[in-house]
Amino acid sequence: MITVKVNKRSHTVEVEPRTLLVELLRDQLRLTGTHVGCDTSQCGACVVHVNGKSVKSCTMLAVEADGADITTIEGVAEGGKMHPMQAAFQEHHGLQCGFCTPGMVMSAIDLVRRNASPSETEVRHWLEGNICRCTGYHNIVKAVLSAAETIRGGSR
Amino acid sequence: MTAGGIGSPVKRREDRRFLLGKGQYTDDIQLPDQTHAYLLRSHHASARIASIDLTAARQAPGVVAILTGEDVAADQLGGLPAGWLIKNKDGSNMVEPPHPALAIGKVRHVGDPVVMVVAETRTQAREAAQLVEIDYEPLQGVAHLPQAVASGAPQVWDEAPGNVCYDWHIGDSTATDAAFARAKHVVKIDLTNNRLIPNPMEPRSAIGHYEDASEHYTLYTTSQNPHLIRLLLGAFTLKVPEHKIRVFAPDVGGGFGSKIYHYAEELLVLWASRRIGRPVKWTSDRNEAFMSDAHGRDHVSHAELALDERARFLGLRVDTLANMGAYLSTFAPCIPTYLYATLLSGPYAIPAIYVEVKAIFTHTVPVDAYRGAGRPEAAYLLERLVDKAARQLGIDRVEIRRENFIKPEQFPYQTPVALQYDTGNYHATLDLALKSIDYPGYAARKKASASRGKLRGFGISTYIEACGLAPSAVAGVLGARAGLYEAATVRVNPTGNVVVFTGSHSHGQGHETTFAQLVVERLGVPIESVEVVHGDTDRIPFGMGTYGSRSASVGGSAVFKAMEKIIDKGKKIAAHMLEAKLADIEFSDGSFRVAGTDRAKAFGEIAFAAYVPHNYPLETLEPGLEETAFYDPGNFTFPGGCHLVEVEVDPDTGLVAVVDVAIADDVGVIINPMIVDGQAHGGLAQGIGQALWEECLYDDDGQLLTGSYMNYCMPRAADLPMFKVGNHATPCTHNPLGVKGVGEVGAIGVPPAVINAVLDALEPLGVKHIDMPATPEKVWRAIREARP
Repeated sequence: MITVKVNKRSHTVEVEPRTLLVELLRDQLRLTGTHVGCDTSQCGACVVHVNGKSVKSCTMLAVEADGADITTIEGVAEGGKMHPMQAAFQEHHGLQCGFCTPGMVMSAIDLVRRNASPSETEVRHWLEGNICRCTGYHNIVKAVLSAAETIRGGSR
Repeated sequence: MTAGGIGSPVKRREDRRFLLGKGQYTDDIQLPDQTHAYLLRSHHASARIASIDLTAARQAPGVVAILTGEDVAADQLGGLPAGWLIKNKDGSNMVEPPHPALAIGKVRHVGDPVVMVVAETRTQAREAAQLVEIDYEPLQGVAHLPQAVASGAPQVWDEAPGNVCYDWHIGDSTATDAAFARAKHVVKIDLTNNRLIPNPMEPRSAIGHYEDASEHYTLYTTSQNPHLIRLLLGAFTLKVPEHKIRVFAPDVGGGFGSKIYHYAEELLVLWASRRIGRPVKWTSDRNEAFMSDAHGRDHVSHAELALDERARFLGLRVDTLANMGAYLSTFAPCIPTYLYATLLSGPYAIPAIYVEVKAIFTHTVPVDAYRGAGRPEAAYLLERLVDKAARQLGIDRVEIRRENFIKPEQFPYQTPVALQYDTGNYHATLDLALKSIDYPGYAARKKASASRGKLRGFGISTYIEACGLAPSAVAGVLGARAGLYEAATVRVNPTGNVVVFTGSHSHGQGHETTFAQLVVERLGVPIESVEVVHGDTDRIPFGMGTYGSRSASVGGSAVFKAMEKIIDKGKKIAAHMLEAKLADIEFSDGSFRVAGTDRAKAFGEIAFAAYVPHNYPLETLEPGLEETAFYDPGNFTFPGGCHLVEVEVDPDTGLVAVVDVAIADDVGVIINPMIVDGQAHGGLAQGIGQALWEECLYDDDGQLLTGSYMNYCMPRAADLPMFKVGNHATPCTHNPLGVKGVGEVGAIGVPPAVINAVLDALEPLGVKHIDMPATPEKVWRAIREARP
């Protein structure tokens, strides 16, 4: 039995010792916005925030998250209003098929939290752990730079 | 331009659900009482299955059923069919070996599925599969083209001597020989086109659900063309009537060709569900995807170009070996023939062309269409050859292309390899791209790179592609076993809002936005009043799906045609209501008007009248406002353009950095420029990936060496620059929208530009040739080997 807070809601659930955090989220809590795109911790489709930091949820055991405060893509928008990072992805066409998008957004939010004014190069290097096959990253990078500017401007 | 109509950069309407984490991909679906399947696959490239012992596996916790190839045969499931029949030079048919859903007797590639284990959970299914004991007698395998055609090579199929699937040709060999006989210069090249793994980020998944009471089958699947899958299930593999089958492809996380085909798992989950009476779900691991998703490319070619004294192209001769893998995937036979050889005139006027293609079986994963599909192989071969010709003859690389382009006034242009290009302006896209990259400033940039110890190279590619496949009658003559039209229904509801049901499938392309823009443009309703439905065979009349950049040109044209029928009917209703002659009714900007007067009925009023026919010509016209159209294209469409690349090579490490990319494409009329640019960006990343990093490697015996993202190098954010994307449109002449297609341009045009840039950078060091991918190791070795 572990207790995790996910998107501000507390869950006490039974998990096997080998259950991955992503399996807990997707299969048991039915939060399917977090995706699985590989099995070698390369693609980043599964990135969520654990205690405020981006983590590949395929690389963490659910039991390790006992007591943690977790945010998934479903918990980022507030009151039906998209987070500036989500809004910037739409504005700049930073997504196509949408599969890598939750991980990209979660990863990018963490970047901007750590570095409020990232350069294009810093954005590109930060996103090394998130693979997108659709966009060529061009519009993702634009979206992240734009969102950083919006967040700096204090619109939220 | 109508606001939100054709030409508007409308923000995507599908984005919100994806950004909120509310997309619904196949693996997100959990059906009540669902079971999970795991496929035990061969780890041998070639082996005889001596025996399979399921005793221990059957005892494992949670196991519901274990099925083998013998069960598949006993239940008389059909093999996976090839959708295209290619004829040999002598008129005989290609070799079509059987392709059972689970291997029987022999396995023929690493990843060939042998046993299906169904259990209560995915983990239980996987663990039970580890207890299955298969006694394999390993056989010698063969993976690579040169070895597969060598005498004494291991045979993949007894019925295909020399591993030849077909030996095909196109063009005029006599005329081509004559062209070479009078040539002043002949330039020769030997090339490989590296095998790629498509790698959409969503792994394939399928859920089969058989309902005993109604005898209905529902398949949830990661498909680019659900109706095609239903057709193949009904007619060939599951062999039950189509009205008993629903195929639903919900949100699909990218395809790039790899989700066109009918895969064994789609059949297996439906069949297993029927056998056990519960839904069965299978989702691929990424490792599994590397050995079970159809691969792309894998050609070995020799080509020769004949030129006159003024460097005009006289003739082209090409000899290509194309790897089919162990089995024929759905579209595989047509890729190296009608989507490759017919493209070898490129944007050039070449009077005589002769192409020979041998398709070869090997002990590898089946090879089929991957973004571009045949056309990248053609563009790569031609653009490498033209660059080599420029270098050999001492002519400017830009000028040799400009001089040999088909001129704007030569359209429509009939090539010697079957295609007739309707429009194009290759000079315009060349000039636009050169301006975009600041070509005159290149010398200064090269110098600046040199001052930092880097070798700068400039690469060019001018390419053409054929999209919008295809005119069904032509395709039929060429061996297609299906029609290649598209279907659409436009439903106008009583209150004037519109639902479009399209057979095209969107898995990243943004049809929910662009197809709605067509409605805004033509019917004059606001975009908020339009909904686009796709992906579900129970809701959409029919469809052939999304591949070959055909959605806008074929699917969009079907939507347009259905709207024309809506307008025609609306005019009849309006004529009645306005007491005017039908011939006097005009429709524009969302209203039906009596020409030359201010008497008009809004689109919404007509829609309402159609469903509340109180004042309506009921004796001659049915109520309702819903029309279906099938659109069969009159020709292919021919996008083309110019891709320019600048690279910096580090001579010490061999690392190639792509520092600038400027492209100018002619994709015809643009519906949404934001989406068109995005499609170009994605194609460029995949094209640059092929040129520099991506390669599926097998060892000589057929063991897969690149089985994960740890050893198959995907392009990442830090590997790529921002892209400069430009467009110059010559509208397509034969579809109602004037669109050509944009999905594949990046992947087709850019690989030769990258390699030409690398070779340009390395020229001072004496490097004359390199094959894709130009990895640091390969470049480093090429530099060392070239040193005197």
